[in-house]
Amino acid sequence: MNNKISIHNLCLSIDRQPILKNVSLNIPTNKITVILGPSGCGKTTLLKSLNRLTDLIPGVQQSGEILLDGVNILNGNQDLVDIRQKMGLLAQRPYPLPMNIYKNITYGLRISGRRNRQFLEKRVEHYLKMVNLWDEVKDRLKDPASALSIGQQQRLCLARGLAVDPEIILADEPTSSLDPISSKLIEEKFLELKSQYTIVLVTHILRQARRMADYVVFMYLGEVIEQGTPDELFNNPQHPVTKSYLSGQFY
Amino acid sequence: MIMNTKTEEKFFRVLMFLSTIFIVGVLLLIVVSVLYKGLPSLSFTMLTSIPKGGFYFGEEGGILNAIIGSIYLSLGATFLAFIIGWPIALYMNVYLVKHHSLVNAIRFVFDVLWGVPSIVYGAFGFILMVFLGVRASLLAGIITVSLFIVPIMVRAIDESLKSVPRGLLESALSLGSTRSEISYRIFSREAFQGIITAILLSFGRAIGDAASVLFTTGYTDRIPTSLLEPSATLPLSIFFQLSSPIEAVQDRAYASATVLISMVLVISLLSRFIGNRRN
Ligand SMILES: Nc1ncnc2c1ncn2[C@@H]1O[C@H](COP(=O)(O)OP(=O)(O)OP(=O)(O)O)[C@@H](O)[C@H]1O
Ligand SMILES: [Mg+2]
Repeated sequence: MNNKISIHNLCLSIDRQPILKNVSLNIPTNKITVILGPSGCGKTTLLKSLNRLTDLIPGVQQSGEILLDGVNILNGNQDLVDIRQKMGLLAQRPYPLPMNIYKNITYGLRISGRRNRQFLEKRVEHYLKMVNLWDEVKDRLKDPASALSIGQQQRLCLARGLAVDPEIILADEPTSSLDPISSKLIEEKFLELKSQYTIVLVTHILRQARRMADYVVFMYLGEVIEQGTPDELFNNPQHPVTKSYLSGQFY
Repeated sequence: MIMNTKTEEKFFRVLMFLSTIFIVGVLLLIVVSVLYKGLPSLSFTMLTSIPKGGFYFGEEGGILNAIIGSIYLSLGATFLAFIIGWPIALYMNVYLVKHHSLVNAIRFVFDVLWGVPSIVYGAFGFILMVFLGVRASLLAGIITVSLFIVPIMVRAIDESLKSVPRGLLESALSLGSTRSEISYRIFSREAFQGIITAILLSFGRAIGDAASVLFTTGYTDRIPTSLLEPSATLPLSIFFQLSSPIEAVQDRAYASATVLISMVLVISLLSRFIGNRRN
């Protein structure tokens, strides 16, 4: 398998408290990698370390390597804007930018200097169609994005992230604040998108993990306990903690 | 003595009710007594002419010099304070997110500065003027008053930027924004109403303060035509003219108080209105 991201011995601590302990894993290109684990085990932290959002945490210390296309992005002399533009982030709940729907989609393009009106309009339509939002909002592109429902906002945020043309999608429990129908839409989108993007999906919904995963990583208390194909991990877990988690003994 | 919780609750409820009534009563008393004295003297001439024969002795003329002077001064000082305070508040909330204790230290400093009496700013401005050899002037007043309201501006904008969710910052960074794009295109927009409230609050403080302009702006009958001329202001118009034995002069003081209190009331209501619309 071809790996988009390889993590070697990533350790992260906050105020000297270890949060991620010696995490090593590979994230395969154009596949959905699901990160699974109980609450507080460090899934969000791991995801945010991939696009260096962990830099924002007071008292954070990181060591180890995160290789993006073979280049270590942890060693300081990287252009963070560049790294982040390669990864679209879909957070646990949507954070629309304080502007209208149209501008939410074009924001990323405008800040990187693309201002041609026709180009932008085409992009807006393209990406809104991609997330099945076009029909719902095409007549009110000038409305504030905050006027949309949460499910629509989450799809808008996905479209906004895709519009900057990332190579990787980082999704942190993207369906946890959504109704079943919106959740299904997002899930279906991800399955379609994986042919073009490398997707890292954090979830603690086991059934979602089974539906989506090409590769599964199970974390517990800041460590990667087990990783493998869904078949290996779900049907034949090796580690006792994984077994008891999968059998629903803790969440 | 053992009070059961019911009587205790009743006692404190009555206490709160009485203190509220008391405060509202005092406020009404102030407003009513100023209006009672000031409204009758609020004529067209009063609002549209400058004092004739000197503000302290002349019985003719009005307070236009003080109204215009105060507006010039407060607009200038608010503008200056905004230009200084807005970037500081953005810097604290967008650039220094990782340095929590530093941000808290900065907040503490501005809170202390907020509490420093305005006469101290006035004295500081005066020392600075003497040092630079500058006369009392609109410019000196604008600079002094802006120093006095910068802490208000910073902390008020800071409070509204503080409530911008961390997730929005993370989302914007993930889209490849730089910190300055986030500051001006996203945070300022998200906190827009809070920023307007901060501006109004600062303007209200600037227009009502007498002590900071006393040595720095001076007082004159004329309407200033340049930043280097001294200027009248409403608070000093009250201060200087109320002590006059001449009734017509005192009337000008009461008229000034009425104009000032109306402006401050309108500004407070406006900022309340904008603040409420945010929720
Ligand atoms: N900014 C922070 N400051 C201090 N501790 C933090 C911070 N962010 C995360 N942590 C700690 O790091 C650990 C992992 O948190 P993280 O959010 O990564 O867990 P998670 O696996 O995403 O949990 P959940 O499923 O509940 O979202 C937790 O113990 C948490 O308390
Ligand atoms: Mg999480």
